[in-house]
Amino acid sequence: MSNKLNHSMSLASPDAFNISTKQKFALGIGLVGLFILALALFNVNLPNTALFLTLAIGMITVGTIIYSRAAYLSKLEGIKNDGAWFKSLVSRGFWGWALGIILTSFYIILYFYPQYLGLGKNGEANTGLVGLFDPLSNLLSGRNASQWFVYGTLYTIAILAFGYKFILKYRHNRYQQIRTISVMFFQLGFAYLIPEFMYIMNNDLPYYDLKNIWPLNYYLFDEWSVKGFLSNGNIGLALILFGIVSTFIITPILTYKYGKRWYCSWVCGCGGLAETAGDPFRHLSSKKLSAWKIERWLIHLVLVFSVIMTTAMVYSYLGKDSNNFWLTREVFITAEIIFLTFIFGTVMFFKGKELGKDAKYGAIGYALVIIILLVMHFTATIDHLFYVKSGTLRSVYGIYIGSIFSGVIGTGFYPILGNRTWCRFGCPMAAILGFQQRLFSKFRITTNGGQCISCGNCSNSCEMGIDVRAYAQKGENIVRSSCVGCGICSAVCPRGVLKLENDTMKGRINPTEILLGNDVDLMDLINNK
Amino acid sequence: MEHIVIIGNGISGVTLARHVRKLSDKKITIVSAETDYFFSRTALMYIYMGHMKFEHTQPYENWFWEKNRIELKKGYVNSIDTDIKTLHFADGDQITYDKLVIATGSKPNKFGWPGQDLNGAQGLYSKQDLDNMEVVAPDNKVCKRAVIVGGGLIGIELAEMLNSRDIPVTFLVRESSFWNGVLPEGESQMINRHIKNHHIDLRLNTNLKAINSDGNGNVKSIIIEETGEEIACNFVGLTAGVTPNISFLKNSKIETNKGVLVNRYLETNIKDVYAIGDCAEQRKAIGNRRPIEAVWYTGRMMGETLAQTICDNKLQYKPGHWFNSAKFLDIEYQTYGWVFGEKGRPNHEKHFHWKHEDDTKCITIAYHKDSNVFLGINTFGIRMRHETFDKWLTENRTVDYVINNLKEANFDPEFYKQFEAKILDAYNNQLQTA
Repeated sequence: MSNKLNHSMSLASPDAFNISTKQKFALGIGLVGLFILALALFNVNLPNTALFLTLAIGMITVGTIIYSRAAYLSKLEGIKNDGAWFKSLVSRGFWGWALGIILTSFYIILYFYPQYLGLGKNGEANTGLVGLFDPLSNLLSGRNASQWFVYGTLYTIAILAFGYKFILKYRHNRYQQIRTISVMFFQLGFAYLIPEFMYIMNNDLPYYDLKNIWPLNYYLFDEWSVKGFLSNGNIGLALILFGIVSTFIITPILTYKYGKRWYCSWVCGCGGLAETAGDPFRHLSSKKLSAWKIERWLIHLVLVFSVIMTTAMVYSYLGKDSNNFWLTREVFITAEIIFLTFIFGTVMFFKGKELGKDAKYGAIGYALVIIILLVMHFTATIDHLFYVKSGTLRSVYGIYIGSIFSGVIGTGFYPILGNRTWCRFGCPMAAILGFQQRLFSKFRITTNGGQCISCGNCSNSCEMGIDVRAYAQKGENIVRSSCVGCGICSAVCPRGVLKLENDTMKGRINPTEILLGNDVDLMDLINNK
Repeated sequence: MEHIVIIGNGISGVTLARHVRKLSDKKITIVSAETDYFFSRTALMYIYMGHMKFEHTQPYENWFWEKNRIELKKGYVNSIDTDIKTLHFADGDQITYDKLVIATGSKPNKFGWPGQDLNGAQGLYSKQDLDNMEVVAPDNKVCKRAVIVGGGLIGIELAEMLNSRDIPVTFLVRESSFWNGVLPEGESQMINRHIKNHHIDLRLNTNLKAINSDGNGNVKSIIIEETGEEIACNFVGLTAGVTPNISFLKNSKIETNKGVLVNRYLETNIKDVYAIGDCAEQRKAIGNRRPIEAVWYTGRMMGETLAQTICDNKLQYKPGHWFNSAKFLDIEYQTYGWVFGEKGRPNHEKHFHWKHEDDTKCITIAYHKDSNVFLGINTFGIRMRHETFDKWLTENRTVDYVINNLKEANFDPEFYKQFEAKILDAYNNQLQTA
């Protein structure tokens, strides 16, 4: 087996061993673009920020485009994974670790020390990297840039440029192309441009990325946010209502029809970055059973945390007197307990058997949440919840889950843990959608009879760490809560075994012992036992 | 407790072991000289191409075996004494069995070419073959050119592998067109063109005469039989088929021909000794199948079946409708039922062939010329549903029915262009002109 590593920076797969002159040229252009950003970061005073910003963004984009074209258009259409495990950058080699450290540092500075990016404090003018982005921010919304604007811009460029690369990589695969165009569209429109334009139209409205859905946008229900929306009349009220409807009505319907992929690999911004810039790292996710166990505990704990945190957040600004506002603390907590009980009861009634011993864990989790909510309710004072100041829970969640888990680890660790660490181990939205996908959705990955050869390409390329092969080689459909429906397992399968589809619920989960193609009597004997 | 010993940890032996474990508490030992743990042989190519590492080709994690009480023994069996039910290992060790299963797979054919054992001349079958290849053909500086001999499935995989490392490949195919002993002409020729589009130097109607040495025991060049041309190369891939890997049985009482001879119960002539997978040879071929089936799927099916017999539910090996699949560089191939190439095609078998203008997709449907009953389909670049074709074959559907309902069998990913309408048009036109 080859253990040798090639220390090239190449991200593109076909050029396992050498990159062409054209690609070196493209890499050069992109690096100069990054170099301009680096200069700004180190506070070099660039004279004409608008020009240099345009240059930086333009060169990064053009560099990526030329590079991708040279990498893929010179070859026939097909799977382009040659050398993926030989390249230092994408197989945890020297460059992989280097990139991981750079990204992680960037996130730490972004979240906790934005002044080092040049964010002006207390109304001072921006300098450095943030200052460089002022012209663009002014162009879009008439205000100076913030560290979040810088991040949002770079994020969007990454999705667009690497999305283009991904489309070329899979130019034989229309599912991949359409899906990628979708994430590019939602990032550019919904996450980046629309909020800026909304600010121009009404600068009192809080920031709202319409495709962000609770529990991802828990801050939507923050007191200042709700007040901000409600003080803006009908449009604000409509937005708040949309936030609630999207969580409780739109999401379940779409997940029932299409699986959680409609969100995770078609709409979501985190997913968007993972599927484009993160694609070269997808094979790094662990497929071990032990990783799956950790995943199940971690993601559901985060979900419980986010439910309690959001409840506490809303609870903290509700009053006790129903004469002031019909939604009192008591009404709210009662309604929530009824709602959770309804969900738990329904699931147990219809799916209790199917869940087997997981039902026990579900029951424990449910009981735990109810107890915590009751404890909160009966120990609450005006500004203290759980005996601490009521904002504490929210800020703890914000720092540890919102910033460190989703940002620093989730993206910073792309080159180490793969491109979906956050989505797999942390995202509470993914947990809810996954729960529904596993129990109540038409989506599955169908296995094609007995055609599997256990090669492992599917498992290897699963960014969510699902051991797809374990199912395929048993002729069993893949129905897993974590599956984001990216479709790469199906794309890389050399024998045409896997197909993502929405079909009826009946027979969706079909464990088999004897695969199609063998003696029909034996199949009957064993499989229908 | 009864002791089941399985020689060979490939798909056949491992499937058998898993099923025996599910059905019983018997003691199970798997013997292998190749690797510590089961891996998917069909995935060896992806290791060389860098798509996966070796550990990714192992379908079960290493703890699996102990957890399921399947003992693994690494060692090479030198001989078998069936009278005292004992295996003798090359290192002098020995173990006894109550029931023995031979599942030792195949080895690459070598037809006595001069120089066939030189360093750099090899097949691609075992883990060791891959390790050797990594030494003699790691890149295009060490290996300036590679020559592949034999136009079959392993040959084209080998070509793809070498291509991934930019090593120029000359591909010698004895037949007049790639794999046309199996594929009908239209398909075979489409693959010829696809091979050439990958800049592989495909030489049809070409045989190997000899492999020349550089004087130090390494491959230097090859000579072509027909033209006498010498092609300088550092690697020669010998991929002219495989043959059962059973030389260690020659002094035993187990009856062999090319493979280990077995009846429909997969029993050899010796009681309590069975053979499955590539190394088993049916005394009488089953239907259109060959007596030796060196195919992943049949190995697995034999394992599934024999587990029943060993666990006291004696069962014949009774495979269902034939199916298979492969990938030729970028073009996937699946087959369901029987579609013959020129060679060996029965008189009653007629074909309908459709090819897409992009020259990477085509199908061939075989049917009975009198009854119009559907016999089988080859499909290239379009995925089809195994279950649907299995059902249609069982139901003896006609070719008309199959073509009119082809959409139902489509297994391509969502949003893919579909060609059923075009295929139906072509079918209707062809019938009118015929």
